[in-house]
Amino acid sequence: MALSQERLGLYNPDKPMENRLTDLGPRHFWQYFPPVIQNNYGKWTHHEILEPGVLVHFSETGDKVFTVRCGGCRFMTVENVREICDIADKHCDGFVRFTTRNNIEFLVDTQDKMEALKKDLESRKHVSGSYKFPIGGTGAGLTNIVHTQGYIHCHTPATDASAMVKAVLDDLFDYFQGMTFPAQVRISMACCLNMCGAVHCSDIALLGYHRKPPIIDNEVLDNVCEIPLVIASCPTGAISPSKTEDGKKTVKIKNERCMFCGNCYTMCMALPLSDKEGDGVTILAGGKISNRISPPKFSKVVVPFLPNSFPRFPEVCRDVKKIVEAYAAGANKYERIGDWAERIGWEKFFEKCGLDFTEHLIDDYRLQYDTYRTSTQFKYTEAAWAVSKAAGGVE
Amino acid sequence: MAFEPREEQTKLKYQELRIYSDDELNNYTEDELKSFKIKHNIPDLDELEKGPWPSFVADAKREALRRHKLPEDRMMIKPEVVEDMLGQLQLSFDHGETHWKHGGIVGVFGYGGGVIGRYSDMQETFPSIAHFHTMRVNQPASKFYDTDYLRSICDLWEYRGSGMMNFHGSTGDIIFLGTFTEQLEPIFFELGHVLQQDLGGSGSNLRTPACCIGKARCEWSCYDTQDMCYELTHFYQDELHRPAFPYKFKFKFDGCPNGCVASIARADMSFIGTWRDEIRIDQSAVKAYMGGEIAPNGGAHAGKDWGKFDIQKEVIDLCPTNCMWMEGDTLKIDDKECTRCMHCINVMPQALWPGKDKGVSLLFGAKAPILEGAQMSVLTIPFMKVEHPYDNVKEVVEKVWDWWMEEGKNRERLGELIQRYGIPKFLDVLEIPPMPQMVKEPRSNPYIFWKEEDVEGGWDRSIDDYRSRHAR
Repeated sequence: MALSQERLGLYNPDKPMENRLTDLGPRHFWQYFPPVIQNNYGKWTHHEILEPGVLVHFSETGDKVFTVRCGGCRFMTVENVREICDIADKHCDGFVRFTTRNNIEFLVDTQDKMEALKKDLESRKHVSGSYKFPIGGTGAGLTNIVHTQGYIHCHTPATDASAMVKAVLDDLFDYFQGMTFPAQVRISMACCLNMCGAVHCSDIALLGYHRKPPIIDNEVLDNVCEIPLVIASCPTGAISPSKTEDGKKTVKIKNERCMFCGNCYTMCMALPLSDKEGDGVTILAGGKISNRISPPKFSKVVVPFLPNSFPRFPEVCRDVKKIVEAYAAGANKYERIGDWAERIGWEKFFEKCGLDFTEHLIDDYRLQYDTYRTSTQFKYTEAAWAVSKAAGGVE
Repeated sequence: MAFEPREEQTKLKYQELRIYSDDELNNYTEDELKSFKIKHNIPDLDELEKGPWPSFVADAKREALRRHKLPEDRMMIKPEVVEDMLGQLQLSFDHGETHWKHGGIVGVFGYGGGVIGRYSDMQETFPSIAHFHTMRVNQPASKFYDTDYLRSICDLWEYRGSGMMNFHGSTGDIIFLGTFTEQLEPIFFELGHVLQQDLGGSGSNLRTPACCIGKARCEWSCYDTQDMCYELTHFYQDELHRPAFPYKFKFKFDGCPNGCVASIARADMSFIGTWRDEIRIDQSAVKAYMGGEIAPNGGAHAGKDWGKFDIQKEVIDLCPTNCMWMEGDTLKIDDKECTRCMHCINVMPQALWPGKDKGVSLLFGAKAPILEGAQMSVLTIPFMKVEHPYDNVKEVVEKVWDWWMEEGKNRERLGELIQRYGIPKFLDVLEIPPMPQMVKEPRSNPYIFWKEEDVEGGWDRSIDDYRSRHAR
């Protein structure tokens, strides 16, 4: 059966339930494994990274599979996917896979095919010059940045995602194509605190962030929102019921209690937060997912706010670069950014990265006590001397 | 070994399914693309065509040109849809604010998820994205594809949608970005009837489960991640499509503690492969690593000169439990002390492997910060054998859901509910005893919520009896 070519295809709006197929689930994975994967399923013995972006896995059957990993954009048109198909048809018997981090992986079963594939991928560029399929993202390097929708599709973002990711990856491109770090570096980007990208355990997280309390659309609030739900949605209890001068039911907000999470806007369209000056980016660092050596960790806020400088976010790129360069220079082999920061102490992290430590970085939310340093073990940095001076302890 | 789908699936053949001819798919030249200007002025986006990283703008422009040159009746959504999306994106940069309206309840009959309604708030300026609804298409486990499938999806989405997609969304679905309400049902019918392909989850339901590459191309996977992901996705189709939960619920399947799908940070129920016997060792390969014949960590550090491999410094001293040592030139591991962090295995993939007696650890409750702060999943069931059809896992799932659906507040994730009631209550729900492995350390406050039945004589006491011994 071909795909339909009438306006409504197989759907009959007069009988919407007729022939309705539901609950089919996803298609089965096995049919999409290339033969070398089917034949060696569960039989892989080890792997090597031949060069950045190129892996070879060895099977107990004697088979090998070569993988060429390319950075991809999460946002992709059908044009791009068709080109991926052309490559897969030409080199990979019509199979291809995508990784969790928006990379594209082409698999072949011999070294010769791999070399031809690589050459082909490297030769493909957009007419305006960027690579279509840059090879890299393996080992102790930078892999692709996972991200969220941003202004392309979302109604709550505090910044744009695709643009920032493009800017940062242009800046760090050599790290994507190299393996010069002490360990892998995972950067993730989410354009608001909802974090549909779940960036909270990344080596570096870029997070869109609002800084102005919601504006109250009194005209419509009671018509479009359930006021009790709106009140309950606020984690700090900043929202309370109110009436306008002409007696309309609405809410009022204690601005000083607002932590700009945007949960009220998620519940009620009459409370928008976004604002050109208010919105921007915070940077978090030192998180990880893997259980390797140290347990998984949350990322910590290390830069409280940077402006939304569209389209290239130079301030964000600058501070990300400061972190990765200090890390690359200072960390031991196998240390992730968070492991390194913990070993040298966070005070040294700020010193080595050249990042300012401001009061915004000291937790004052509910579990703040967990972050207090209740010890006399610390290292002296300029920030420490500034405190001693201010307190009259030293000249 | 091979796996069978739950229902028979016909092989999709693009040549039989296709909508567009080869001519239509080659309807512009590179020169035309170079000189092509979209209908809106987008200086900031033009800037994002520069630089080495793949430019999403450059990609969007070629799709814009393709659509521009296709006859208008060959697409159910206006040809300018890509141009209008770029135009609105530029305007969002100018204003520092998004131009998508809040919400919009649309969907397909009988489902409460899979479609996200979206409308532009600049509909007169950008009429072709007045509606810009998203559809989530449930990806095959671990995102392997053949080109017949992908090309068919592309034709469908060129014809009935914007031609713009996410490959993939954060949760794992293929995301169709932007279509009009009228086309939602037709797309759903094409997906179901022609492609035997369903939508994924959204809203307060089971979200599309996702898994790592597993045994398909990894030597460390401790169970069949794809099969388990596939089986549970199919088994819980009702929960995936018809929102009946307090909020979203995610399953993610990691084959080993390296955690490539980040289940410990993202899933309400995190399945992480592990083993309970000894790490397998090939001592001759250990020697080869020590002798510098094999690059450590599969060659992951080849971009920098880190000096000669030193097993003491790089493996033994970094072991978090100090359970490894050398006896002469033999590597010893005290497996009873091992916490299976994977470091030694990652460093010497040709010498060490997970044991043979494998299963999963189950952890619960991860979520992003909204609302009460981010949580990672808490280790709850240390080890579970998992075999198709995973009945033991389904029993656990259903206990958890019954409790959460009964007690969970609106928009309360499982992790928050566990915190509100405490782990001891969660253990009652799961009918499992406590173990020290569930916590980093025991509590340091003595505020124990004793239950009346645990205290001799109960709580019913008489003040008169008390006063008979104690003057007021």
